[in-house]
Amino acid sequence: MFKLLKYALYDIVKSRFALLYTLFMVLVAISIYQVSDDLGKVSLSLMNIMIMIVPLIAAVFATTHFFNNLEFIELMLAQPVKRIHVFLSQLLAVILMLSLALIVGFGLPMVLWGADSSLITLLVVGVVLSAVFAGFAFLASVYTRDKAKAIGISLSLWIYFSLVYDGLVLYIIYSFADYPLEKATLALMMLNPVDLGRVLMLMQLDISALMGYTGAFFQEFFSEFMGVTLAGGMLLLWVLLPAMLAMMKFKKRDF
Amino acid sequence: MKNLTKLTLFLLFCCSSLVLNAGQIRIKAGESIQKAVDRAVSGDTVILESGNYPESGIIIRKSISLIGENYPVLDGQGKGNVILVAGKNILIEGLKIINTGKSNMDDSAGIKFFDSEDCIIRNNILEETFFGLHFSNSKRLSILDNKINATSEREFEVGNGIHLWKCSHSVIANNQVSGHRDGIYLEFVTDTQAKENLIERNMRYGLHFMFAHDNSYIRNTFRQNGAGVAVMYTKNVLMQENRFEENWGASAYGILLKDISDSKVIGNIFLKNTIGIYMEGSSRIDFEENTFNENGWALKLMASCDQNLFQANNFTNNTFDISTNGSLVLNTLTENYWDKYEGYDLDRDSIGDVPFRPINLYSVIVEKIPASVILWRSFMVNLLDKMEKILPTLTPEDMMDESPKMKPYDFS
Repeated sequence: MFKLLKYALYDIVKSRFALLYTLFMVLVAISIYQVSDDLGKVSLSLMNIMIMIVPLIAAVFATTHFFNNLEFIELMLAQPVKRIHVFLSQLLAVILMLSLALIVGFGLPMVLWGADSSLITLLVVGVVLSAVFAGFAFLASVYTRDKAKAIGISLSLWIYFSLVYDGLVLYIIYSFADYPLEKATLALMMLNPVDLGRVLMLMQLDISALMGYTGAFFQEFFSEFMGVTLAGGMLLLWVLLPAMLAMMKFKKRDF
Repeated sequence: MKNLTKLTLFLLFCCSSLVLNAGQIRIKAGESIQKAVDRAVSGDTVILESGNYPESGIIIRKSISLIGENYPVLDGQGKGNVILVAGKNILIEGLKIINTGKSNMDDSAGIKFFDSEDCIIRNNILEETFFGLHFSNSKRLSILDNKINATSEREFEVGNGIHLWKCSHSVIANNQVSGHRDGIYLEFVTDTQAKENLIERNMRYGLHFMFAHDNSYIRNTFRQNGAGVAVMYTKNVLMQENRFEENWGASAYGILLKDISDSKVIGNIFLKNTIGIYMEGSSRIDFEENTFNENGWALKLMASCDQNLFQANNFTNNTFDISTNGSLVLNTLTENYWDKYEGYDLDRDSIGDVPFRPINLYSVIVEKIPASVILWRSFMVNLLDKMEKILPTLTPEDMMDESPKMKPYDFS
C-alpha cells in the first residue's frame, strides 16, 4: 500500500502540473498580500479564489490523473495487490499533492507576512474541499470509460455545488420568506460542502453582520461544540462518501 | 478715626476668619455621618476616615464638602438612597458607596441630587448601586472621575449609571460606568458636555438621551453595551472623536439616531458593530471624518432622513456599507473613501471618475429576508451583485457617491 502510494506520489510530483499549481497558488497569494492592506481583506480575496478555483482544479486534475494513470492502474491490478490499495494509493496521492500545493502556495506568504485565525480556517477548508472534489472526480472516473465524459461530469458537479445549488437555496429562501428559515437554511448548507466551507469562513469574516437576529442563530450554532462537530462531521462525510462509492465501483469494475 | 480703623480691622478679621475657620469635622468609622453633617455649617468640610459606615439616607442641604480618605465605605445595606443632596456648592469626593436599595419606586441611588447648583462629584467609587449618580432639576454640576459598576443579571434589576433629568450646564468627564441599565442617561438636559468617559457592558444603552439639546459628547468610548447608543428627539448635538465598539446583537447599534437634527458627528470611530449608525427621521446632520471599520452594516439610512451630509468618511471592511428601506434619497454622500470602490482615476486628482453605489443588492435582500445572510459571499451572490452594479434595478439609483476618494483618509 505504502509502496503503491510512494510510486503514485512520485509520479505526480514528477509531472509538471504539481509544480505549476503550487507556483500559481504562491503567485496568487503573493499578489493578494501585496495589493491588500490588511489581513481581513487578504482572507476575503483568498476565500473568493478558494471557493471557486480550488474545487475546480481538484476536480479537473483528479479526473485527468485517473485516466492518465489508467494503464498503470491496469498493470497494478494484474499484480497480487488488493484493489482497494491500488485505488486508495491513487486517491490519496492526488489529495496529498493538492493539499501540499495549497498549503505551500498559501502558507508560504502567510508565514512571511502573517496570518490570523481566518486564514488558518481558510487553509483547512481548502484542504477539505480538495479532498471532496478529488473524491467526486474519482467517482466520475470509475463510472465512465471516457475521459471527456468524466471531466464533463466532474465539471457539472463543480458547477452544481458552487453555483446552481446556491441559486436553488436563494430561490427556496425567497419562496418561503414568510416562514422561519434559520434551521432549514442551516440544513441546506450542510448538504453542500462548498457552502459549508464558505459558512465556516463567514463566521470569521463577517461576524459583526452575523450578530443580527438570524445571524446570531447561525453564529451560536457554529460556535457551540455540537454545531462544530456536526459541521466537521458533515464535511468528513462529504470527503468519505464519494470516495467510498467510487471505491465500491472500482472493486467490481471490469477493466 | 481710631475707632473706624479698629472697626475695619475687626471686620477684616471677621471676614478672614469666615474663610479660614471653615471648620473641619473628622469622623471615624462607626460614627454617624448624618450627625456630622448636621453639626457642620456652610463652608465646613466633613472628612471621613477610611473604614465602614453602614448608613443610608444621609441628607445634605448645606454648602459643605464631604471628603473621604482612602475611600471609606458607605454601605447602604440595601435600603433606599445612600446620600441625598439638595443645595449649592457641595463637593463630594473620595467615597465608596455600595449596596443601595433596589427599587424603581423611589429610584434608589448612590448619590441623589435635587434642585442643586454648582456641585462637584469627584473621584468616587460606586458598586452595586441601583442608580449610580442621580440628578434632577440641577445646574452646573461637575461629575468627574467616578467609577460606577454594577453586576446585575437582568435589565430591570438595575438603574442607570449616571442619570440626569432636567439639568443644564454640566460636565460629565472621565467616568467609568459598567453593568448598569443605561451608562449615561440624559433627559431634558441642555448645554452639557460628556467627555472622555468609558462606558461599557451596560445592559441597554451606553448613552441614552432624549430632548437633550445643545450638548456635546467628546472622546468617549462606548463598548459592548447591550444595544449600543440610542439618542432621540434632540437637536444641536455634537459628537466628536468618540469610539463605538463591539455592540453586537439584533438591535445593537453604534448609534441609533431617531429624530435628531442640526447636529454634527465628526471624527468618530465605529468598530465591529452589528450596525454602525442607524438613523430614522433625522435631518441636517453632518457626518465628517468618521471611520467605519468591520461593521456588519456601516450605515442604515432610512428613507425618512433628509438633508444629511456624509463627507470625507472612511468605510473599510464592512460587510455592507449602506442599506436603506426605500428608493427615495434626500441625503448627500460625497468624497468618502469606500474600500469596495472599483473605479478608476484617469485625471489623477485622487477622486474616482465614476460614481460609487454603496448599496449592495444583497443587503436589500438580507433586509427583507434575514436568513438569506447565510448565502453571503457565495459565487452566486457575487454574480448578482456584479449585475446589479452595472444595471441597478432593486437598489435606489440615486444613492451614490459622485466623487469617491481613491485612497483612505488618514485621520490619526
